[in-house]
Amino acid sequence: MHFADGTLHPEYCRYISRKTTFLVLGLLVLIAAILYGISCGAARIPVEEVVRALAGIGESKRVHIIIWQIRLPQVLAAVVAGAGLSVSGAVMQSILRNPLGSPFTLGISHAAAFGAAFSVMILGSGTMSSNNVGAVAISNPVVTMAAAFVFSMLASFFIVAVARMRGATPETMILAGVALGALFTAGTMFLQFFADDVQLAAMVFWTFGDVARACWKELAVIAGVTAAGLLYFFFNAWNYNAVDAGDETAKGLGVKVERVRMAGMLAASLVTAVLVSFLGIIGFMGLVCPHMVRRLIGGDNRFLLPASAVLGAVLLLLSDTAARLILAPHLLPVSILTAFMGAPVFLLLIVKGRVR
Amino acid sequence: MILNVDGIRFRYNGQPVLRGMTFNVRKGEVVAVLGPNGVGKTTLLRCINGILKPSGGAVFVENDNVLKLDAMAVARRIGYVAQRQNAAKITVFDAILMGRRPHIRFRVSDNDLRIVDGAIKSLHLEKLAMRHIDRMSGGELQKVAVGRALVQEARLLLLDEPTSSLDLKNQVEILKLIRHVAKEHEVGVVMTLHDLTMALRFADNCLFIKDGNIHAAVPPKEVTADIIREVYGIMVDIHRHNGIPVVIPQ
Repeated sequence: MHFADGTLHPEYCRYISRKTTFLVLGLLVLIAAILYGISCGAARIPVEEVVRALAGIGESKRVHIIIWQIRLPQVLAAVVAGAGLSVSGAVMQSILRNPLGSPFTLGISHAAAFGAAFSVMILGSGTMSSNNVGAVAISNPVVTMAAAFVFSMLASFFIVAVARMRGATPETMILAGVALGALFTAGTMFLQFFADDVQLAAMVFWTFGDVARACWKELAVIAGVTAAGLLYFFFNAWNYNAVDAGDETAKGLGVKVERVRMAGMLAASLVTAVLVSFLGIIGFMGLVCPHMVRRLIGGDNRFLLPASAVLGAVLLLLSDTAARLILAPHLLPVSILTAFMGAPVFLLLIVKGRVR
Repeated sequence: MILNVDGIRFRYNGQPVLRGMTFNVRKGEVVAVLGPNGVGKTTLLRCINGILKPSGGAVFVENDNVLKLDAMAVARRIGYVAQRQNAAKITVFDAILMGRRPHIRFRVSDNDLRIVDGAIKSLHLEKLAMRHIDRMSGGELQKVAVGRALVQEARLLLLDEPTSSLDLKNQVEILKLIRHVAKEHEVGVVMTLHDLTMALRFADNCLFIKDGNIHAAVPPKEVTADIIREVYGIMVDIHRHNGIPVVIPQ
């Protein structure tokens, strides 16, 4: 051994245990937020009753239905989407070594919106109908979803392919993403210009990201894909740390940089594409959430990724709960609130400086 | 013998950069690769550890053919310090811990932490250990990068301009440490340097590169003003001050 006189660095051990504590506290807050989120809504259900109904010992059939059919899927969808979007953003920022990396800036969300608009206009999935809560709904959500998914994956493949051709530098990927985003936005506007008012309403309605769209079946899909993605990302945390140190250094450490970057981009795009096509566009989470975590506990991906998942879940869940309460009994799509809630917090963090 | 480089060739866009270089590095030997800008010094280092695939020739580290090993196995044998470092928002300790990456599958062991702590002490970075590297000067960052390569516990260290952006004190400190590590642990070192005086003082062997070939491979004592003129195209005087050669451009 080269350095035999080393000891366990006490300050570093404390630093690590502080981060672990942060994670555990975050998880506790998340559990509390889940219970609170289930209890809030048009019909208020006390938290004790929520716990009893979840444990299967609730007596009221009405409460049981509200919780299991309406609230729980929505709350879990918010948790999954918050975690998935936030970690995807964190991974993209890391492997592209660019603070602007996120599903939103790379054009994946725009591609999904274009896909939805395309399906409404060309595939005719856009007739409106009123459902029981009085909002507009898209008549054929499966087709719309599929179209959004296909286009967002197309966008991701395109970015990856361009990067492959030009040698996979982070800058090329960001630039390709920005160009694609502009292209798809133009495409969407083109379709919107020629749409009749019903179709236009359906297109615009789709872009409002809303976790209430998920039922158990959809939830199973997005939760499965997101969980697989998160596992893959957590397992690669060391590689992302190495890439953070620079491509040359990472290669010197035995990391296959191009492969890590390609696979990471594809996995992050897949998670995002699934979430966006099922729930609509939820901005802010992927871009800002990882930055908030980075400011709180630093950029070590071993902690940044799980903490981003937890904070993303908490933030989206709280936003969704607030969105349900603000105009009750009307339901506001959560995407409108995420930016309202997140941006000021982020600005505050920038102004107040960093916390170690 | 730690490193055998056998007729290594490299082409970039069809242009030959390395035209077949052969040299050896013994245990505990510090070799300085010298030559003007753009002559292929960095390319040579990258070809040795397989970051760039040479178009011909072979590289052996303790009889293992580097070009046939997988990347992690290479990283356990060869440490590499790149010329430029990217500073993420992580602590000095975490940045150096990354050097243990080739030895870690997922969990960090106490042994890893002890090695990192030892490296921090020998680099005199104790006071900065918990600082974030995105707030550090270029010189401090360079020291961190050297520390990262040291904890790889490799048999061979490749250093690309390890003293660039360091002040005089830190240059001497880093080169002394590199020399110390080489002698103490019988590690081979290949480094590129621009400062000829530093090279003559701290290297055991000087490799002068010209036109993709090794122009001269001599110990510092035998480096002459003629060799430097032929390689760099500039007239110099080599003076001895207390036995240390000093290169002064005319």
